[in-house]
Amino acid sequence: MSKNKTEIAPQLKEDLLHQFEATIDSFEAKESPFFVEKRKKAYEEFKLLGFPDNTLESWRKTNLKPFLERAYDIEYLPAKTTSPKESIFQCDINQFDTDLYTMLNGEWIEGANGVTTYDNGTIVANLSIAKLAFPDLFKAHYGECVINERNGLIALNSALYQEGYFIYVPDNVEHNTNLQMVNIINSEQSIFTNTRNLVILGKNAKLKLVHCDDSINNNSSFINNVTEICLQEGADLDLYKLQNKDDEAIVMTSTFIRQAKDSNLSSNTIVLNGGLIRNDTHVSLNGRGANADVMGLYLVDRKQIVDNHVYISHNVSNCSSKQVFKGIVDDQAHSIFNGHTMVKQDAQQTIAFQNNNNIQLTTKSKIDTHPFLEIYADDVKCSHGATVGQLDMEAMFYLMQRGICERNARMLLMSAFVRQIINEIALPTMRASVDELVQKRLKGELSACEQCSIQCIDPDKPIHFDIDISKI
Amino acid sequence: MAKDEHKIIGEVTTTDYKYGFVSDIETDSISMGLNEDVVRLISQKKNEPEWLLKFRLKAYRKWLSMTEPNWAHLKIPEINFQDIIYYAAPKKKKELQSMDEVDPELVDTFNKLGISLEEQKVLSGVAVDAVIDSVSVKTTFSDTLAEKGIIFMSFSEAVQQHPELVKKYLGSVVPIGDNYFAALNSAVFSDGSFCYIPKGVRSPVELSTYFRINAANTGQFERTLIIADEGAYVSYLEGCTAPQRDENQLHAAIVEIIAHKDGEVKYSTVQNWYPGNKEGKGGIFNFVTKRGLCEGDRSKISWTQVETGSAITWKYPSCILKGDNSVGEFYSVAVTNNYQQADTGSKMIHLGKNTRSTIISKGISAGKSHNSYRGLVKVNAKADNARNFSQCDSLLLSDTCGAHTFPYIETSNPTAIVEHEATTSKISDAQLFYCQQRGISPEKSIALIVNGYAKEVLNKLPMEFAVEAQKLLSISLENSVG
Repeated sequence: MSKNKTEIAPQLKEDLLHQFEATIDSFEAKESPFFVEKRKKAYEEFKLLGFPDNTLESWRKTNLKPFLERAYDIEYLPAKTTSPKESIFQCDINQFDTDLYTMLNGEWIEGANGVTTYDNGTIVANLSIAKLAFPDLFKAHYGECVINERNGLIALNSALYQEGYFIYVPDNVEHNTNLQMVNIINSEQSIFTNTRNLVILGKNAKLKLVHCDDSINNNSSFINNVTEICLQEGADLDLYKLQNKDDEAIVMTSTFIRQAKDSNLSSNTIVLNGGLIRNDTHVSLNGRGANADVMGLYLVDRKQIVDNHVYISHNVSNCSSKQVFKGIVDDQAHSIFNGHTMVKQDAQQTIAFQNNNNIQLTTKSKIDTHPFLEIYADDVKCSHGATVGQLDMEAMFYLMQRGICERNARMLLMSAFVRQIINEIALPTMRASVDELVQKRLKGELSACEQCSIQCIDPDKPIHFDIDISKI
Repeated sequence: MAKDEHKIIGEVTTTDYKYGFVSDIETDSISMGLNEDVVRLISQKKNEPEWLLKFRLKAYRKWLSMTEPNWAHLKIPEINFQDIIYYAAPKKKKELQSMDEVDPELVDTFNKLGISLEEQKVLSGVAVDAVIDSVSVKTTFSDTLAEKGIIFMSFSEAVQQHPELVKKYLGSVVPIGDNYFAALNSAVFSDGSFCYIPKGVRSPVELSTYFRINAANTGQFERTLIIADEGAYVSYLEGCTAPQRDENQLHAAIVEIIAHKDGEVKYSTVQNWYPGNKEGKGGIFNFVTKRGLCEGDRSKISWTQVETGSAITWKYPSCILKGDNSVGEFYSVAVTNNYQQADTGSKMIHLGKNTRSTIISKGISAGKSHNSYRGLVKVNAKADNARNFSQCDSLLLSDTCGAHTFPYIETSNPTAIVEHEATTSKISDAQLFYCQQRGISPEKSIALIVNGYAKEVLNKLPMEFAVEAQKLLSISLENSVG
């Protein structure tokens, strides 16, 4: 990095730094020095790093500049909402058996005290309250695997975060209700939020967690989220991320996962819509026998940009990992995949697999895929693959000569293409609903279309030959 | 078994560099360092026309404004560019008319390398443009080639004799400011080869050049320009060996290839510069820019490389597929051992319709070395029906080495089909067991497997070269692994 490079969005950076200086007193009043020190350190790091720009290898393809130059309300402090959450958000997934926790514009709106404790000892809470209530858990885990130096956004979050969720599942507890955390943006202002989550699974604990990012109006907003997940020995986490945002929304998520011996992670990120979505997943396999499956699906069109970065570090021997990402890219959309498997010298007997398949539908769309392997051990089995292509013409011909119209034939093939990822969803109701959402999405009938101001779908145009795929 | 393997791999590090000798030829060097005067002096010494001096100066000024690239997976010691002699030419006693007049020491050097000019001329039918340090000393078979209208001569001669061709094509594929080392080369290149195959001519022989760094502390800045006119074909061979030196030597070459309509260029190289000793001391820094332009429809450029030498290799032979239906190919075997570092691969830029490209890269890492594949496949919005297949495999022979793969795929066309696959593994115990239970020694088993692994690429080399390549693989991993 050259010293005299021009920083992007210097004004916003300046404003955020001022914001920190203005709020540090209130942080000091509320929080223990443990947290304040971390914030101060992160503030210095953000000051040094600034926002990530194209000179950084991992940001070469994602240009934040135009998005950061928009005017944001960084001091936005939401008035505590009083309306029932059902009036704010209705989950698209029917009869989805979950305990739903909602955050509106980055603010926790569940109950006055913000802490729910289940009979089995599981805790779900507002992070800012949990911080005070469970200092020992935070001391042991908070900030342990977040690497602020990775980019300025993470440092910024570590300095300025306000609220978020905290989940703790004690040792040997299989939490049998699925938890669904929903973060909704519904604001007249263009808000810039820094949300922070912490999830801890004790030894042999099990949890299924669904994280949804949704937005209601079509205002420009910037979510800068950092999630820290700690899986202790034998813990098992199913993590689903559903991102269905409006076209102006910017979502930056950085998820850091630390895995101990024999722990298992299955993560599935489904991006259905959004202006600019970047998901950074950083997994450290620190104990023998740990396994991480990181999967994802993205269906983008119009001018959307979706960027999935996955970094899996095999630090010890006998771990396995899998990265499978699939995407369909339409209109002028741009998809980026960067998978990076790092096998350290001690990580013998590693099995790592990486795959990214893309279907490109138009000349104005762009696909960048960078599947990287970095290997320092010799007794390993690592492979990766990446493809970019279009629908198989022979298969299309076959379907069409059976009397299926071109549109439906395309639909069928696309839905077959994405099936591999959808089938990995272990929650049956969610799988069915995501499947339905994806079908709608592929047909261009976005579930969010009613609220969408673009109205890109011609409402007068009837859809013929609607077929029930399950019966073919 | 593991013990044997360790022993074998351990022996690799004791294999001496076979071609490490210094020949004592009088050289005409200029003083160390680089400034505008040095650039002018080089140009003046070579009696160059004004436009070429301007080209050099422009490149030099561009270079001053640039910084060394640091994105590769390489640890490059700081290079003092003022500590290098930028020009060295064997002193010419007089114009050479026949073989007898060639410096006997020089002939001896070639003999040690196994390239007797005499023999080459009579037996193999390969025209050799031998380059010692920076100036071509002897060009053979020019008469035979001249009959066909093929121009094959040293770069400086070409500047004098065919300035219009050189002016037209120089810097047209690798612009002066392309990258740091390309800019440096454009400013100070001393000599190299020039090759022009006229319309419809198939070169009757394989053209080859042997590069050899000779004088101590002399960076070599070769410049190669190959042009295949409409319907022309040429197979070009380049091989390098360098004497053993303790100080790092910089080699920043540029190879430019232009293939017009229906033209085809096959470029093969065996690179065996001095890799440094087993402690990682010394060795050549090989920072090369190689790029081909498939200018016309149905043109084809094929790169084949066997990389066994150099302390640090930074090299990405590329193809710009501009003409419709043009084809680019890249076949590579890269072996690193001891403390060698290699960051190599290919770039395929698809611009024309129905363009096709293939990348086959085989990396073998041993010792404490690092071997990276870095490649780019880019499909432009107008490149309808572009097709790419890339395969890059890595073989790890020790637990202290590294094998890395950094492919970049960027497509903007919905009809493009791009596939990339790669595997990284060590030699499987099952394969070794199979060979050994048939009575093959562990050493030979490993050799067999490594050779089989690299076969796909070695097969692409011309006959004359395949032999040398196999020999080199053996030298690099033999006694030991191959």
